[in-house]
Amino acid sequence: MAQLSSNLLYVAFFIYFAASIIFAISLFGRKWRKSDEETHAKKWGMWGFALSTIGFLFQLSYFITRWIAAGHAPVSNLFEFTTFFGMAMVFAFLIIYLIYRSNVIGVFAMPVAIIVIAYASVFPSDIQPLIPALQSNWLKIHVTTAALGEGILSISFAAGLVYLVKTVNQSKASKSTFWLEFVMYSLISTIAFVVLSLGFEAAGYSSTYQFVDQNEQQVTVDYTLPALAGPNDGEYVSGNEFGPLFEAPGWMKGEKAAHKLNTLIWSMVGGLVFYALIRLILRKRIGAAIQPALKNVNEELVDEIQYRAVAIGFPVFTLGALIFAMIWAQAAWTRFWGWDPKEVWALVTFLFYAAYLHLRLSRGWQGEKSAWLAVVGFVIIMLNLVVVNLVISGLHSYA
Amino acid sequence: MSDKNITCECGHVNPYGTEICEVCGKPLQGDIESKKLLNMRYEGSARRSQTYKTTIIDKIWNFFSSVKVGIWIIILLLVASAIGTIFPQEMYIPPLSDPTVYYKEQYGVLGQLYYDLGFHNLYGSWWYMLLIAALGLSLIVASLDRFVPLYRSLKKQRVIRHESFMKRQKYFGVTEINEDTAELQDIKKALENKRYHVKEEDGHLFAEKNRFSRWGPYVNHIGLILFLIGGMLRFFPGMYVDEVLWLREGETEKIKGTEEAYYLQSDGFILETYDNNDEKFKNAIEESGQAAVAKNYQTDAVLYKQVGERIAGTDPNLEKVKEHPIQVNKPLKFDGYAIYQVDYKLNELQSMSFTMDNKESGESVGDLTIDLYNPEKSYDLENGYRVEVMDYFPDFEFNDDGEPTTKSKVPNNPAFILNMVSPDHPDGEVAFVAIKQNLEPLGENDYKMSFQNVDTKNVSGLVVRKDNTLWILGIGGAIFMIGVIQGMYWNHRRIWIRRKEHDIWLSSHTNKNWYGLKRELESITSQTGLQMPMDQAEQKK
Repeated sequence: MAQLSSNLLYVAFFIYFAASIIFAISLFGRKWRKSDEETHAKKWGMWGFALSTIGFLFQLSYFITRWIAAGHAPVSNLFEFTTFFGMAMVFAFLIIYLIYRSNVIGVFAMPVAIIVIAYASVFPSDIQPLIPALQSNWLKIHVTTAALGEGILSISFAAGLVYLVKTVNQSKASKSTFWLEFVMYSLISTIAFVVLSLGFEAAGYSSTYQFVDQNEQQVTVDYTLPALAGPNDGEYVSGNEFGPLFEAPGWMKGEKAAHKLNTLIWSMVGGLVFYALIRLILRKRIGAAIQPALKNVNEELVDEIQYRAVAIGFPVFTLGALIFAMIWAQAAWTRFWGWDPKEVWALVTFLFYAAYLHLRLSRGWQGEKSAWLAVVGFVIIMLNLVVVNLVISGLHSYA
Repeated sequence: MSDKNITCECGHVNPYGTEICEVCGKPLQGDIESKKLLNMRYEGSARRSQTYKTTIIDKIWNFFSSVKVGIWIIILLLVASAIGTIFPQEMYIPPLSDPTVYYKEQYGVLGQLYYDLGFHNLYGSWWYMLLIAALGLSLIVASLDRFVPLYRSLKKQRVIRHESFMKRQKYFGVTEINEDTAELQDIKKALENKRYHVKEEDGHLFAEKNRFSRWGPYVNHIGLILFLIGGMLRFFPGMYVDEVLWLREGETEKIKGTEEAYYLQSDGFILETYDNNDEKFKNAIEESGQAAVAKNYQTDAVLYKQVGERIAGTDPNLEKVKEHPIQVNKPLKFDGYAIYQVDYKLNELQSMSFTMDNKESGESVGDLTIDLYNPEKSYDLENGYRVEVMDYFPDFEFNDDGEPTTKSKVPNNPAFILNMVSPDHPDGEVAFVAIKQNLEPLGENDYKMSFQNVDTKNVSGLVVRKDNTLWILGIGGAIFMIGVIQGMYWNHRRIWIRRKEHDIWLSSHTNKNWYGLKRELESITSQTGLQMPMDQAEQKK
C-alpha cells in the first residue's frame, strides 16, 4: 500500500508537469498555430484544466492510500505536510479556474505547486508513528484546513506574479525588475535544491558528523550533500570525506539545523548557477523573456483573481491556522496560545493579510502594489514552512 | 449642529458633512455637473472623523478612526511579533538557566542586545500590550465612525436616484427603447431570478442583494474586540488557574488551585513506545536515530471530591467522582478544571530496605524499610533492637563547609544518619548510610546497616488548568469568523433602472468583485435587450 501510494504521487507529479506545459502552450502557442486565438486558448485551456484535475485525483489517491497505510492522516511530518500543501494549491487553482477560466494563472500556479511538491520529496518519506501530542482528530482538521488556506493564498501569489511579469516595465532596470528577477531566482534555487539533493542521494553521497545538540545530547547527523557548513563543534565520524569548510553558528540548534544550513547554501549557489545559465541563454531578464507571451492577458482580471484568492483564502487560513490551532493547543498543550514560533508566524501571516485587505479595500491599493503584497504574503508563508522549521526549534519541529 | 444640516432638493435633511444625499443620491459636494465618478466608499455619508476636526477629542477620535493608523498598528504588531521569534523567549530557554547570561552565552553580542532590549520577554512587554490596546481602540473607533452613517444611508436610500448619481457610477448605460426591449415587469423578473430584491416606484426599479455583506467588517471587528476582552479577563483573579502537580503512583494529593475541594489519586503511570520492529514504522524509527518513539503517556487517575467540612488535623472525607486515564490530548475535565498529562519521571526512588547485621557473626538481627518521602523517627526491630533516624538528606551532598546537606526535597540521592540500638549498645551506634556508602563517623561499630534493595515508583507530571475566559474567546472567534465570511464571500450589489422619456438608464454598484457584477450584468442585459453598461473607469484611461 505504501509503495502504491508513493507511485501514485509520482504519477500525479508528472501529470502536473504535463498540465503546466499545456497551459503554457495555450499562451505561447499562439505564434505557431493558425486557429483563431480564442478557440486555441479555450481548447488548450480545457486540456490543461482536465490534466490538472486528473493529476489532482492521482494525488488525492496518493493521500488516501497513504492514510490507509499509515493509519493516520498523512499530514504529520514535513514530507507529508508539504506534499499536502502542494495538493491544496492545485485544488485552489482548480476552483479559481472554474470561476475565472484563466489559463495564464495555470502557467504560473501549476509550476509553483510542482516546485513545492518537489521540495517535499527531499524530506524522508517513511511513514512515521505518531507521537502522543499528534494523536488527535485535530491533526487532520487543523493541518488540512491551514494548508488549504495557505494553498488558496498561494494562488494569489501566482496571480500577482502574472500581473508583475505582464506590467513591470522591462525597458530599463529598476527596483521592480530587480525584485521580480529575485523572485524568479528564488524559485530556481528551490529547483536547484531539489536537483542537488536528489542527485547526491542517487550518487549515494553521505558523511556523518557528531555533535552536541540543544538537549546536551551527543547526536550524529548524516550529510547527504558535501559539507560546506558543518555542525557547531562537530566531529567527522564516517562517510565521504569532504569539508566542512566552516562551522554553523552556535545558535542553530534545531534538529539537523546545521545540515539544513548547509543545504541552504548549496541551493543558493546552485540556484545562482542555474539562473546565470538561463540568463546567458535568454540574453535578457527572465521577466522580460516571458512578458511578450502575456501581452493578451487581461491585467484587471488577473488583479481581481489575485485579490479574490486572498478574499477566499484568508477566512480559511484563519479558521485552520489560528482557530482550530487554538482549540487543539488547548487540549494538547494545556493552553490555546503559547507564543511558539509557529504560532507566532501564523499570527504574522494573519496580520499581514489583514493589512493587505485594509490596504486594498480602504486605501485603494490595487494593481502593482497589491501584486507585490501578494508576493510578500507568499514569502511569509514560505518562511513559516521552511525557516521556522529550519532555524528555530519549537514545538512544531516534527521533521 | 442642527443648523448645519444639509437639506437636499428632494427634501431630505442630511447630517452635516454628508457628501451624497442619503435618500436620492444627489451629490451634495463639489460640482454637480462633474463627470468624475462618485466616491461611493461608505455611501458618501457623514463620518464624524471627516466632519469634526477641532477639539482634542475630535483629534483622538480621528487618529484612531483612520484606517491608515490601523494598518500601521497591524504592521508594527506584525514586525514586533516576528522579532520575538528570532531567539527563544525567556519561557522557552532551559529551566534554571539565568537569562542574564544565557542569551550572551548562546547567541553572542546579538543575544545580549536582544536581552538588553527586553525582547526576551517581548510578548509580555508594556509596549507590546500598548500596541494591542491601540489595536483594540482603533477597531472600536474606526468601526463606529463608519458603521453608524453607513447604516443610515443604506436604510434611507430610495428607489429613484438622482440623475447625477446614476451617471457617475462605474457602470452606467443608456438604452433607447425599441421592440427588443423587455417590459419593465420582465426586467424585474430577470433581476429577481438573479436573487435581487427589487423595488418599484413610478416605473423605476431598484434592485439590491446581499446588503448584509456590508456589515461583515463590523461584525468581525466585534468578534476581535470580544477576543481581546477575553484575553484581558485572564488577569482578573479567579478566572485563570495554572498549577503543576507531581503525583506518584499510589499517592493521593489535593489538587492545587481547587481550594482543597478535589483530590487526585494515581493508580499508575504508563509509558508505551512503538515496537521498533513494526513493519509499518521500522524505517522511520531507524531513521529518527531514537532508541524508541513514545506511543502513549498515561496516568490512570481517580478523582475525589472532599465532602463535609474538613477538621484540621484529620484526613479529609473523600468521595470518588470518577476514574479517567489522563493522556496527552485527553485531559481529565471536571467542574471547569482540566488536568493534563505533560511530564513524567520513571523509577523514582520510593523506599529503601536495609538489614541490621552483627558484623562479627554476619547475622542479621532484623530488617526495615524506610519510606523516603515520609521516614519514621524510629524502626523497632524487636528483641531490643531498634534503628533511629537521626537525620535524613533526601538529595544528599556536602556543602562548601564539608557538612552533609540536601539539595532538594526529592529523594534523588538519599542519605541517613542512623542510630543503631542493640542490647549490647543501649545508647546506640551512629552510622552514616547513603547509596554505596557506609561510614562510621564516631568510631568503629559492632553493627552495620546492609542495603537490601530499593523500591521505585513512576511519577506523573500533571498540569491543572482552569480558564474561565475560554467561552468569551470562543464567542469572539466565532463572531469573527462569521463576520469575515459574511464580508468576504458575499458582495453587496445594486442596480438602478430609471425610465427617462424614450430611454432606459441603468447603473450599478458593488462594494467589491466587479468581475462578478459584470458577468451578472451581461446575463441580465442579454436577457432583456438592454445595453450592457460601460465600465466608465476603464473608458477614462
